[in-house]
Amino acid sequence: MELESLTVRTAIDGLRKRQFSSVELTRAVLDAITARDGVIGAYLWVDEADALKQAASADAARAGGADALLLGVPLAIKDILNVEGQPCTCASKILAGYRAPYDATVIARLREAGAVFAGRTNLDEFAMGSTTENSAIQLTRNPAALDRVPGGSSGGSAAAVAGGMALAALGTDTGGSIRQPASFCGCVGLKPSYGRVSRYGLVAFASSLDQIGPMTQTVEDAALLLGVMAGRDPHDATTLDRAVPNYAAALGGDLKGLRLGLPKEYFVAGLDPEVAQRVQEAVESCRRCGAEIVEVSLPHTEYAVATYYILASAEASANLARFDGVRYGHRSAVAAGTPLEMYLNTRAEGFGREVKRRIILGTYVLSSGYYDAYYTHAQRVRTLIRRDFESAFMQCDALLTPVSPDPAYLIGATAEDPLKAYLIDIFTVTANLAGICGLSVPCGTTPAGLPVGLQVLAPAFDEGTLLRIGHVYEQVREVRS
Amino acid sequence: MKQTYRVSIGLEIHVQLKTRTKLFCGCATSFGVPPNTCVCPVCLGYPGAMPVMNREAVRLTLVSGLMLGCSINTYSTFDRKSYFYPDMPKNYQITQYDKPLCLDGIIDIPMTDGGRKPIRLIRIHLEEDVAKSMHESSWSGVDFNRAGTPLMEIVTHPDLTSADEAAAFLTALRHILLYIGVSACNLEEGNMRCDVNVSLRPPGQDALGTKVELKNMNTISGAHDALQYEIARQSEVLDAGGRIVQETRRWDVDSGVTIHMRSKEDAHDYRYFAEPDLLPIVTPPDQIDALRRSLPELPAVRRERLARQYGIPDYDASVLAADRALADFFEAVAQRCGTGKTASNWIMTDVLRLVAAHETPVTACALTPEALVELIGMVEARTINALTAKELLEEAFLSGGSPTEQVRARGLAQVSDSGALDGWVDAVVQANPKSVADWKAGKQAAAGFLIGQVMKLSKGKADPKVVGRLVGERLAQQNG
Ligand SMILES: [Zn+2]
Repeated sequence: MELESLTVRTAIDGLRKRQFSSVELTRAVLDAITARDGVIGAYLWVDEADALKQAASADAARAGGADALLLGVPLAIKDILNVEGQPCTCASKILAGYRAPYDATVIARLREAGAVFAGRTNLDEFAMGSTTENSAIQLTRNPAALDRVPGGSSGGSAAAVAGGMALAALGTDTGGSIRQPASFCGCVGLKPSYGRVSRYGLVAFASSLDQIGPMTQTVEDAALLLGVMAGRDPHDATTLDRAVPNYAAALGGDLKGLRLGLPKEYFVAGLDPEVAQRVQEAVESCRRCGAEIVEVSLPHTEYAVATYYILASAEASANLARFDGVRYGHRSAVAAGTPLEMYLNTRAEGFGREVKRRIILGTYVLSSGYYDAYYTHAQRVRTLIRRDFESAFMQCDALLTPVSPDPAYLIGATAEDPLKAYLIDIFTVTANLAGICGLSVPCGTTPAGLPVGLQVLAPAFDEGTLLRIGHVYEQVREVRS
Repeated sequence: MKQTYRVSIGLEIHVQLKTRTKLFCGCATSFGVPPNTCVCPVCLGYPGAMPVMNREAVRLTLVSGLMLGCSINTYSTFDRKSYFYPDMPKNYQITQYDKPLCLDGIIDIPMTDGGRKPIRLIRIHLEEDVAKSMHESSWSGVDFNRAGTPLMEIVTHPDLTSADEAAAFLTALRHILLYIGVSACNLEEGNMRCDVNVSLRPPGQDALGTKVELKNMNTISGAHDALQYEIARQSEVLDAGGRIVQETRRWDVDSGVTIHMRSKEDAHDYRYFAEPDLLPIVTPPDQIDALRRSLPELPAVRRERLARQYGIPDYDASVLAADRALADFFEAVAQRCGTGKTASNWIMTDVLRLVAAHETPVTACALTPEALVELIGMVEARTINALTAKELLEEAFLSGGSPTEQVRARGLAQVSDSGALDGWVDAVVQANPKSVADWKAGKQAAAGFLIGQVMKLSKGKADPKVVGRLVGERLAQQNG
């Protein structure tokens, strides 16, 4: 068995045909982690004995006749999703020592389908960031260029998949945190529509924007995992009761009859020329596959980043209030006379700079006297951005855009200028604000060998179209630089 | 110079709803269980946990709103109210800010002159309760069993003008909520808690004075006493030419005074914003109508109907209507025995006496309306006498069963046939010549003694009326 040549699809086939066991497969993943992760730093936590035990029981189940879809397939999980019995640090010191007492719904569904949870991957603290440099625990390097960041916030998951240390991983995407690291590292990343996948058990950053999605080597793998993860969950009131199609089985064919839009606001000055060229080539590939290409407009795009940072920070300021040292996680050892002092000490010690910056920003925009100017106003702009997409999708079936204006940055390049760092998210935050689905597919590399991603955006609950486009493109893609 | 001020009081009442489970999770709502045993990731505010709305809590709030004459918001939303406190699992409370479930509404309170005064409600909304802090000498702990219990908050306009009115309002509200069964309304257990706003202003001034908020009143009389104290305190300040400062004060029940807690400057900025984890509650007009049709009759309406329909006195009707189970029991009996007055007499005197003596409400006793109807029937037909009836009633109240069966099985039917009674009367008259002599000498009471002796001889089964007539006849014969 060659781990490098395996995808989730081929691993499923190999396990079914008894070409290898889950223990052998999981062992290979663990060995790859041992060999490479000392340099990359994708994983925060791996328990070999526990992973092999899960694999052994998957093998035993298969010997007993079981054949769940993912039986024995090891996955890497972003360290912000609760897996019962495992740590869930959110790459923050404030959750030191916390062990999840329950499974997130997506984890429960993947477990039901037989998956093995092999380890937990690094992220920007509480998913706040675009480079994974905001992790309070460790640095993650881009497997394609070790002096560069893997993107973020799901940088650990992207590096694990692209670095050959995971068949596939789960990430979370609040403003691009799946798609952007996928594009930086050169793997596939899918952000489902809001309400498609349950958020129960995902440590909330911005509840109205967060979604969990797969990060994989192929579009087909993303389709397979989404099929297991998606659907109404009684524990998450915001999930919709819509049928879950067999995404993987529907893949194939060409793009004939599809009209794909290029939003002109996404192809502007400031876009890295190499990135622009790779994306244009991908657009041409889609045209050759039968798609009709049209130009569309999303006129409120320029307000999206400001809107996003107001709303996401406002929600985060409440979501992160629960980390107070009373019930779990870090509690300051400094003697405190009042609960308030204990909170101040605990939170001052436990949260990193970027998290504090966003809590303060969110608290400010919700404060009386500023509320209408910021929060209420941002809500209105969010509605306008959603309407932009509604009218664009009257003219086309999906949109093609770059994922990020630049390829992966050098480590440290964005650290000193948070405002510049926020602008990295310009092409991805809109999908979260509008609640639509988005996919990042590798579309080649720059001459320096840095991966570039093509973003496909489709209307809410139209993941089928998204995956179909991504899959067709992936089959005809000429890898060049 | 002392003067009389106009007092304006507004109330905010928190009522724990009687649901089986908490507002946002499946944990049981229970009291008196060991700390932190009815908890889960949701009500402990664990990372990643999400709330799911308890539909029964929404229904109970809507029912309460309709019973109190509120209009129902067809589109109602939940919000996060942020502040840090150890009893708050998430450090924000899920509550309702600008789109509560119910708006407006009225509760009538009785006035001393016999009239009624309407008190306007501003709103009723639904929110989650916090945990309970416990303070020991060297440590503090938090019990999260209560965290997430559904709370209904009822807010009034400042229409109340005295401590007495406030107490009357709380009593009336408590009656209604108990009557519709949405809450246990036990103030000692904290099922019902109230905060009070009170302000004073000189007569002739339209604008309300500066308001002071009072907290920590655990009983209706506590709220009454706190208000009385606070009104007197504010009057003194104003009389002395002072100014009232906006503040929150705590009622100290032991010393009987209100104490400064925090001033307006310390007020929290709660930073309300729409709760993204819950969908709006949409209640279309046809659902509101259906709910309205399912409502029980309000006590005041039922009181009038009982008096009119069964021809019973107003007093009886008001006692019966105040207790939904008792009124149901009365109606069941009255409809079966055909006479409301008799049914009400029995329930008002004998049944309520047993209820009090055994501390057992009518819902928990063994007496069925059918059993009481049988008893009333046997007394009316003079099959049994009143004494036997009372004994049988107590038996049925405690152990159930059919009084008719008891009478048959134990031969308790009263004897009114004069053939059987004549022998007992003869025996008593012969055995008590002194009483006969007394009677002849004009002592009427002697006849009563003789009647009692006959009843005793019959072991209570003799019909006292017939015995009285026979004794009278026999004595008259002696006289002749
Ligand atoms: Zn619970």
